Amino acid sequence: MKNPLYDVIRFYYDGFRDMKLGKTLWFIILIKLFIIFFILKIFFFPNFLNSRFDSENQKADFVGSQLVERGKTDK
Amino acid sequence: MEALDISLVDWSRAQFALTAIYHWLFVPLTLGLGIIISIMETIYYKTGNDEWKRITQFWMKLFGINFAIGVATGIILEFEFGTNWSNYSWFVGDIFGAPLAIEGILAFFMESTFIAVMFFGWNKVSKGFHLASTWLTVIGATVSALWILVANAWMQFPDGMHFNPDTMRNEMVDFWAVLLSPVAINKFIHTVFSSWILGSAFCVGVSAWFLLKRREKDLAMKSISIAAIFGFLGTFLTVLTGDGSAYQVAQKQPMKLAAMEGLHEGKTNAGLIAVGVMNPEKKSWDDSVNPFLVKLEIPNLLSFLSYRDFDAFVPGVKDLMNGGFEKVNLDGTKTKALSVDEKIVRGGLAVKALEEYKLEKKAGNDTLAASHKEVLESNYNYFGYGFLPDKNHVVPNVPLTFYTFHLMVMIGLFFLLFFPIIWFLSRKGILEKQRWLLFISVLTIPLAYICSECGWIVAEVGRQPWVIQDIMPTFAAVSNLETSSVKLTFTLFAILFTVLLAAEVSILVKQIKKGPESINQ
Repeated sequence: MKNPLYDVIRFYYDGFRDMKLGKTLWFIILIKLFIIFFILKIFFFPNFLNSRFDSENQKADFVGSQLVERGKTDK
Repeated sequence: MEALDISLVDWSRAQFALTAIYHWLFVPLTLGLGIIISIMETIYYKTGNDEWKRITQFWMKLFGINFAIGVATGIILEFEFGTNWSNYSWFVGDIFGAPLAIEGILAFFMESTFIAVMFFGWNKVSKGFHLASTWLTVIGATVSALWILVANAWMQFPDGMHFNPDTMRNEMVDFWAVLLSPVAINKFIHTVFSSWILGSAFCVGVSAWFLLKRREKDLAMKSISIAAIFGFLGTFLTVLTGDGSAYQVAQKQPMKLAAMEGLHEGKTNAGLIAVGVMNPEKKSWDDSVNPFLVKLEIPNLLSFLSYRDFDAFVPGVKDLMNGGFEKVNLDGTKTKALSVDEKIVRGGLAVKALEEYKLEKKAGNDTLAASHKEVLESNYNYFGYGFLPDKNHVVPNVPLTFYTFHLMVMIGLFFLLFFPIIWFLSRKGILEKQRWLLFISVLTIPLAYICSECGWIVAEVGRQPWVIQDIMPTFAAVSNLETSSVKLTFTLFAILFTVLLAAEVSILVKQIKKGPESINQ
């Protein structure tokens, strides 16, 4: 009896194996994803609030105080 | 008061603009070319003609290159929200988060599942299933765009939410008002149709290159026969929905409309500027310098397009700054328009009320807190004005908005003529001999990209300084980071995206030169 899961795995396996230009494109995709998630995200784009505060209340208080301070402009 | 480096705001904006502009180089080709290959494969499915399969596979390969290089470039925008625009992210988390989450799930499941069948499934799945996968890939990509555009439209016309000062968040109270706002609907269909133009221009341009090289005549002529009709349809619908978008701008963002038209002094029977050269000596909205060196106007048309009335009064920058004119509200009632000074006072009241609400709440004085909350809510529509250090900040960059808008319209009108001419000449069998036109056809590829990017510049520069219209300006939204770190990431992005773009162009050019013969991989 045919196993549908095997068919799906085989479909992807054959697809990736037979690629020509696709191999170059996948190489570019993987390099790009590595740069985006393992270099840019970790070293340059920490979440500003998550990296400073633990609770939702602290974050809300911080944003509230930021907005109130920035609203105190000389008009 | 916290000192916020103004160059931090500018660099953060520049970084977001750079990322969004580069990201948008990839998206419209996916949306436009995706439909074209789906149509081509449908013809193959219906006729069984292998030539159509060969043609479909050739364009599908170019589609795949663009998709692979462009995929995930939009994620960087989400990083920037969390890092550079943290106040904004928190402030809108509930509303912005829902559409983006839906987009992420849809993009992952629909696109990634069916795109595998689209590329790996030739001769392995039935023709019908393959065709369905191709259509579902492009439908998935289009639906993904819907959610992003809904989120953007909400920033231009915030609706369906309520601000909660305890959580400091705008909370969604009406999902359908967010999803089906007239701004969102117009923005979505206008953007998608304009992507059809770009996909068609790409297809016609590459086909014209084959004809110039006297190669692949059959592929080129068949491709043009599809792309020219589809391109004309896309252009026609883009013009139609562009009118709808401009109408929405007139109602909800009149300052943007004034900037788009370089209209400083409001008037009844306002004309639409067909072409014009702005006066570089015009330095401020309130000086007496004529804003134009030369202009050619179509009488009464701006009044009609803005308010469906040839005699309607269209406010200019000066009117919107000074107020006092009769304004038609969204519910149809008429009121005297407030000046920006009055809005700043109301915004200041809202911000002050927020501060006092928080203090009283902390002190446990619930009655006083409730009265401050009431003041906040009654002035919340002007909340963003409370952050403006100077009223002149509400005037966007008029020359940039004006020129990009008119360039977009002119290129759009060019396409309205271009596609029917190309189609007619190809039907008559004389297109090949018009080598000058083939050359122009190749040049229309960059022209379509310029047109598409101009649309975004109009939409985003024209609404400055607002991140959320009237509610939050850029300088309240930005995170207080070191400017030098934003400059660094700006440079990194410029390098990364330029390398990606160079990779895309070089791989595309190589594959186009190679032609469709070697497609059966």
